[in-house]
Amino acid sequence: MSRPVRFNIHPKEADMKGHISMVDAPDGYTGEGFFTTKLGDVVGLARKNSLWPLPFATSCCGIEFMATMGAHYDIGRFGAERVAFTPRQCDLLMVMGTIAKKMGPILKQVYLQMAEPRWVLAMGACASSGGIFDTYSVLQGIDQIIPVDVYIPGCPPRPEGVLEGIMSIQKLVGQESIRRRNSERYKELMQSYYIQ
Amino acid sequence: MALTNEYIRQRLEEKFGEQVSDFEEPYGMLTFETPKDNNLKVLQFLFDDPELNFQFLTDLQAVHYPDKKGRELAVVYHLHNLRDNVRIRFKIFTDIEKPHVFTATQLYASSNWMERETYDFFGVNFIGHPNLIRVLNVDEMDYFPMRKEFPLEDQSRLDKDDEMFGRGGSII
Repeated sequence: MSRPVRFNIHPKEADMKGHISMVDAPDGYTGEGFFTTKLGDVVGLARKNSLWPLPFATSCCGIEFMATMGAHYDIGRFGAERVAFTPRQCDLLMVMGTIAKKMGPILKQVYLQMAEPRWVLAMGACASSGGIFDTYSVLQGIDQIIPVDVYIPGCPPRPEGVLEGIMSIQKLVGQESIRRRNSERYKELMQSYYIQ
Repeated sequence: MALTNEYIRQRLEEKFGEQVSDFEEPYGMLTFETPKDNNLKVLQFLFDDPELNFQFLTDLQAVHYPDKKGRELAVVYHLHNLRDNVRIRFKIFTDIEKPHVFTATQLYASSNWMERETYDFFGVNFIGHPNLIRVLNVDEMDYFPMRKEFPLEDQSRLDKDDEMFGRGGSII
C-alpha cells in the first residue's frame, strides 16, 4: 500500500515580516509628495536589480552555475531570476567553462546579438585565462575576443563565488553612468575588439 | 577454421612477398609494415579475400617520429574482421617533406573523416580524398598541432609569465 500523502495538510502561514528584501532608495531630496534624484541612479537601481543572465556554459563551471541557480543558493534573490537563453533579451553574458578556439566566433556572435547595455562575466579559470588548457585548441581567456567586466577565479568556483561575481556586476551596473556607452572611451574599447 | 595470425601472415606473404615486413604481435595483435604506395593494394586484398574479410576500418591515424629521417610520419590502419572477430593493424611510413599517401575513401567510406582528422593534426596529404579540409581545428590554423615540433609551453607567452605565479620575476 502506498504511503498516504500528508504534505501541506496544515499549511503554515508564511511569516513574511522582515523577510522581504527591498533595495534602498538612492540619495535624493524628499518633500511632501515628491522625491527628486538623479536619473542615472534610478536607471542603475532598476538595471542592477533586474539583470537577465544568459548562461553560456560549456563545462564544469556550468554545473556550479546550475547549483547557483537552484533553490539553495538562488540567484533569484539578486533579481536575476529570469535566466534566458536568448541573447537578444539579456543583459549579462555569463561565460562559464573552456572556450575552444573554434567556439570563439560563436561566443562573439552571441555577444554581438545582445543589445546594449550588456555586461560580461567570465567564470572560472578557463574562461578567464584558458586555465589548465595551455594548448593550441583553447582560447587563452575570452577577453581576447570580447570585453569582460568581472572575472570569477576558481576551478570551478563555488556558488558563493558566482554570487560574489554577480554582486560585483550589480555594483558595476548600479554605478555605471548612463552616458558611458556613448562615450569615446567606450567606442575605443569596442574598436579594440573590432566591434562597431 | 579459426582465422589465426599465422594464417593471415602466410596469406599476406604469399600475395605480397617482400612488400610486407616487420611482423609483430604486441598483445596478440598482428602488426606489419608495407611501403606507402602499396597501402591500397594491401587494403583491397584484405577487404576482398573471402577468408580474410577485413571489411571494417576501426581506426586510421598517424604518428610522428621526428628522429626517423625520411620516414617521420607513420599512418596506421586498424582493421577488424567482424565475422571472426579478429583485428590487425598495419603501418606505412612517409617522408614529412612529401607526406603524400593514397586515400582509402574509395574502399572504406568511414575513412573520409578519419583522413581529414589525420590531415588536420599531422598534415598527411591523402591523394584522391574528396574533401581534404580540417575537421576539428579552426580553419585558420596554419600548422599541424600534433607534430612533435613544438615546445610544451609557448615561450613567447606574455599573459602567463612567471611573475604572475610567484615564480621569480619582480615578486619573489
